[in-house]
Amino acid sequence: MKGFILSFRSEFYKTRKTMAFWSAVLLPLLICLMLSIGFFGNSEKLSNLPGVMLWFEFAAPVLVVMGSFLLPMLIVFQAYSVNNIEHKAETWKTLFSLPISKWSVYSAKYVYALFLVILCLALFVLFTLGFGNLLGIISPGLKFNEGHIESTLLQVYFKLLLSSLGILSIQFLLSLLFRDFLKPMGIGFVATVAGIIMANVQWKYAYLFPYSAAMLTVRSLRGDNRPNDGGMPHITVDFFTKDICVSLIVAVAVYILGYFIVLKKSVK
Amino acid sequence: MVIDTQGLSFNFGNQQVVKSLSLQVPEGSIYGFLGPNGAGKTTTIKLLLNLLKTDQGSIRVFDKDLQNDRIDILSQIGALIEQPAIYGHLTGKENLMNRALLLQVAESRVDEMLALVHLKDAANKKAGKYSLGMKQRLGIALALLSDPKLLILDEPTNGLDPNGIIEIRELLIRLVTKYKKTVFVSSHLLAEVERMATHVGIIDKGELLFQGSIKDLEAISQPQIQIEVANTVDAANFLKKQGLTVNDISEDHLTMPFISKIQMGEINALLNRNNFQVFAIQKVQKDLEKLFLDITQKA
Repeated sequence: MKGFILSFRSEFYKTRKTMAFWSAVLLPLLICLMLSIGFFGNSEKLSNLPGVMLWFEFAAPVLVVMGSFLLPMLIVFQAYSVNNIEHKAETWKTLFSLPISKWSVYSAKYVYALFLVILCLALFVLFTLGFGNLLGIISPGLKFNEGHIESTLLQVYFKLLLSSLGILSIQFLLSLLFRDFLKPMGIGFVATVAGIIMANVQWKYAYLFPYSAAMLTVRSLRGDNRPNDGGMPHITVDFFTKDICVSLIVAVAVYILGYFIVLKKSVK
Repeated sequence: MVIDTQGLSFNFGNQQVVKSLSLQVPEGSIYGFLGPNGAGKTTTIKLLLNLLKTDQGSIRVFDKDLQNDRIDILSQIGALIEQPAIYGHLTGKENLMNRALLLQVAESRVDEMLALVHLKDAANKKAGKYSLGMKQRLGIALALLSDPKLLILDEPTNGLDPNGIIEIRELLIRLVTKYKKTVFVSSHLLAEVERMATHVGIIDKGELLFQGSIKDLEAISQPQIQIEVANTVDAANFLKKQGLTVNDISEDHLTMPFISKIQMGEINALLNRNNFQVFAIQKVQKDLEKLFLDITQKA
């Protein structure tokens, strides 16, 4: 366990000044900032919306982009970045000749990639709520203070996180095996596009393909996102849908498979 | 023995790159692992560090089996493999700090290492902007950081200027004599190994051709006198008539076995007295290629 913690801290130390880390911070910040500017410019039009509806209007564009393309591609990028740092510096041989178990080195790297995804999604929640409240203050016409979506937003993003774990394991393994940028990125890109198409044409086996999971998560929200009797939208988040289960199984299986590949692999 | 391998073999696909290697590295030695490029030196080093899986044979380090006591053994080894593995986006000091974090070494040791390899002034410069020699020195600092009992260095003087080569050589000799470390150092330069090693292993095409102390090697690698003279054939005939041995004659020089400096001076005087104009006379070592020929012919 000590080896794992030391390796995890080292991962942070190595990446703290790189885009691998800062992309997880800057992406939610910039997207939420741009969205806020858009909302501020349209505040007159939006001022007749009730609080909860306004929050959904504010959160929805990010969620749609996240589900369709941004989240899978972000994971492809982050899984690549944490491994590329070693490919580029040719440091695999050093990492695996440290007096630290191979399991710790491999797991710390994987968990660090997972940490970056969690950080990014948590910041999306935080910035969505933060910028929403800020807009409510600087533009009092926008009735952000009259509604609350904190709990729903957390649940939705948590489900997005679960939906992304399958892709994370696959992309992590691909990035670990191939030093060539095009292979993991190319495969990730094509698989993401295929996943979006499968989810959008509502192919009945789309849930078996991890790259569809994020899109399926967002689509499942759309189904419920209709005003109920009180005129307010209602969202229920069902965490353990078939696609999430597949994503989790793939995540665990590929993670374990990756470890055995690392054990057997010759370090160049 | 600090390193003891028995029948160590390794294949890359169908090609056997290490053949039944039995290395014996005694404690407190500088073991020069000598061989031309592509002989299997780096592969052997990677096997010693468990980076490659051994196909056949056993590796014992500090009297422990590498397969069973990997972490314990690695905690006592500092290694530099091929070109130094350095994070170019971090400064030299940050590279050391990162390794210190992983090995739980005090920060003060990082400064000591920077001073030792003369990188204090460049400590806060991005390592990616270092010259090859600076990178090599940083690599050596990284290997020494945990104060390991055994240092495994793969061509550590590659890319260093003559001053740097001398510094590294002196540092390694100091580590062994003063701090009782054991150093396993690979090189393709015979002269380099001869200057610092106490023991030598010679590998070619994956096979260990020679292993022993430096004195044993010197017995094989006799130094020679190279004489640049106006008429090499006549000069050689003249020297032979005087009862001297001439090993080799070429258009512009001849070679003879080296016995002593005084004898070399006498040969020079003898040639000059008999009107053979000597342009240059010097002691030379056999190059690696000739040494290999000698060893393989003896075997």
